[in-house]
Amino acid sequence: MADIVLDKVSKSFPDGTVAVQDVDLEIADGEFVILVGPSGCGKSTTLNMIAGLEDISSGELRIAGQRVNDKAPRDRDIAMVFQSYALYPNMTVRENMAFPLRLAKLDKETIDRKVDEAAKVLELTSLLDRKPANLSGGQRQRVAMGRAIVRQPKAFLMDEPLSNLDAKLRVQMRTVVSRLQKQLGTTTVYVTHDQTEAMTLGDRVVIMRGGAVQQVGPPQELYDHPRNLFVAGFIGSPSMNFLHAAVQDGELRTALGTVPLGDRVRRELESADAPRELILGIRPEHFEDAELVDDDTRRRGMEFEAPVDIVESMGSDKYVYFTVEGEKASAAELEELAADAGAADFAGAGGNLVTRLSAESPVAEGQTRRVWFNLEKIHLFDPANGRNLTLHEGRAAGALAD
Amino acid sequence: MAVETTTRAKLRWGLLDVLVVVFALVPVLWIASLSFKTPATLTDGNFIPREWTLDNYRTIFHTDQFVRALVNSIGVALIATLIAVVLGAMAAYAISRLDFPGKKLLVGVSLLIAMFPQVSLVSPLFEIERQLKIFDTWLGLILPYITFALPLAIYTLSAFFKQIPWDLEKAAKMDGATQGQAFRRVIAPLAAPGLFTTAILVFIFCWNDFLFAISLTSTERSRTVPAALSFFTGASQFEDPTGAICAAAVVITVPIILFVLFFQRRIVSGLTSGAVKG
Ligand SMILES: Nc1ncnc2c1ncn2[C@@H]1O[C@H](COP(=O)(O)OP(=O)(O)O)[C@@H](O)[C@H]1O
Ligand SMILES: [Mg+2]
Repeated sequence: MADIVLDKVSKSFPDGTVAVQDVDLEIADGEFVILVGPSGCGKSTTLNMIAGLEDISSGELRIAGQRVNDKAPRDRDIAMVFQSYALYPNMTVRENMAFPLRLAKLDKETIDRKVDEAAKVLELTSLLDRKPANLSGGQRQRVAMGRAIVRQPKAFLMDEPLSNLDAKLRVQMRTVVSRLQKQLGTTTVYVTHDQTEAMTLGDRVVIMRGGAVQQVGPPQELYDHPRNLFVAGFIGSPSMNFLHAAVQDGELRTALGTVPLGDRVRRELESADAPRELILGIRPEHFEDAELVDDDTRRRGMEFEAPVDIVESMGSDKYVYFTVEGEKASAAELEELAADAGAADFAGAGGNLVTRLSAESPVAEGQTRRVWFNLEKIHLFDPANGRNLTLHEGRAAGALAD
Repeated sequence: MAVETTTRAKLRWGLLDVLVVVFALVPVLWIASLSFKTPATLTDGNFIPREWTLDNYRTIFHTDQFVRALVNSIGVALIATLIAVVLGAMAAYAISRLDFPGKKLLVGVSLLIAMFPQVSLVSPLFEIERQLKIFDTWLGLILPYITFALPLAIYTLSAFFKQIPWDLEKAAKMDGATQGQAFRRVIAPLAAPGLFTTAILVFIFCWNDFLFAISLTSTERSRTVPAALSFFTGASQFEDPTGAICAAAVVITVPIILFVLFFQRRIVSGLTSGAVKG
């Protein structure tokens, strides 16, 4: 058990690629931290540096208070689970799991006992004599986990361990990983590309972009108080809606109507170098069918009318897609997010508004519907640098805050 | 209609296969047949000998010349193979795993050596080896064999190493292995089929070589079988040595066949399946 500290850690490859840039991160003993971000943002490189599989170009890495920059992986006492599982094909499941223990020169009885224990936890007991080639994907994954836990290392590193499984197994294994980590209480750094894993698994989430950390915090905090446009767009599925907004006379002109501004935001926008154009962000669940909103709630938001494009009824609620006119929001971050998610999954910046309305809403395709949205939940971003302007002391305060 | 075409296609392929096999095997079988014939029936033109005899084999194994050559052949080929495979494995491992300055040059030069016309090296090698006093010794043959077998070994082995997922090595390191342990306990067992394949190819190359064997040796001390065969006279000078030469040819083919049969079981492809997802 140990804490892991990254102190201004950077990595540049011989070909000049700067994969990781000045990453500062303190991972407490026993904490479960998720590294998430689009493909190529440096997650694996960061993990490999913690593991010792990649050299650290600059900065310092400390495990349990000790500088380990120059230590070989075997001297760091860390176990890793690979995306490809990396099981030794010439060894049986038992031999695979025993391998780290045999290298540690434990005696045969201890090895057998530990392997049997780990196999029991992961329900692998009946598979111990098989070769990896004769296992299913889910079973291989569990063997890989087993090999990591048998030797009770200081920390676990996992690089997209579930991404090769089909959707159903992935959900199953997610709970296995989560339970295992809680049971063992071992410090864990988990790399994923997957939204849901990031939101559900960890104590804290680290969002990376282009080798740099964007924001670190508990999942709910990132969701509610994104520090910038990238974090706002990355976390949440379906993603946050982004609209173009022009500042005029202390108000915002948007495709959803004129949005009034509270004193705090207005003051911020009055400074000389403040942008005249903004990006307004609002999550699907902060919309509601105007018919269903009581007066008290209504006062906290505003309403607009738009033609309904598609209605997807989920039973518990309805996803309703509206077509909105007007200029599209554009920023480098949004393009990057769209490219990473695939245009289909990232409707955020298109001419489409994704809303999540109550199941009771009688909305139907082809109608023009009146919709209410919550002004307290609005985020305003500076398109030039992506900064969230509604954030005050780390809290998002909406458009109306005084 | 479809069935007809497939049976006809099968027939056509079957015929072609038979043709190729016959084309390849007839000379070999002919030599085998000649080796079992008596001197009297040697030229009777029958494919299957009328009178069977083992005299030819008896003759060659009673000639010192041949037995000595056989020992030379086996010794030289085995030693050269062992060294070439070990050196080749190390070079191939480095080439497939590391990015070091001059890597492209190394691969290029080794390919160049493989393509170099060996005939043009015979006279210089002859001079050099005489100066170094290794002319007509085992070492004098082993050295050029290693040189010309190495590119082959490096090339085949690096293809095998590249197939082994790099993650396995990383996993071994994370599990607490040193670089050496990772190679010995994880990589080498997986590369075994490649090592055997390479060993066979190199061995056959050394075993079959005639050019260096004839030009870098002068006595029975180090002459290998292919070279010795050309000096073959039979039991006495006045006998026609055809039968004996054929017997000797059969004898030196047998180790190759045994070698391949013995290692064939180990050249199992797909040994790496199950390591990674697929
Ligand atoms: N060995 C390498 N040499 C050069 N560039 C590399 C190397 N490995 C990774 N990179 C680059 O570093 C960046 C980060 O890679 P990686 O950490 O694998 O991303 P992620 O795991 O987040 O998808 C990418 O742009 C990638 O192309
Ligand atoms: Mg990666």
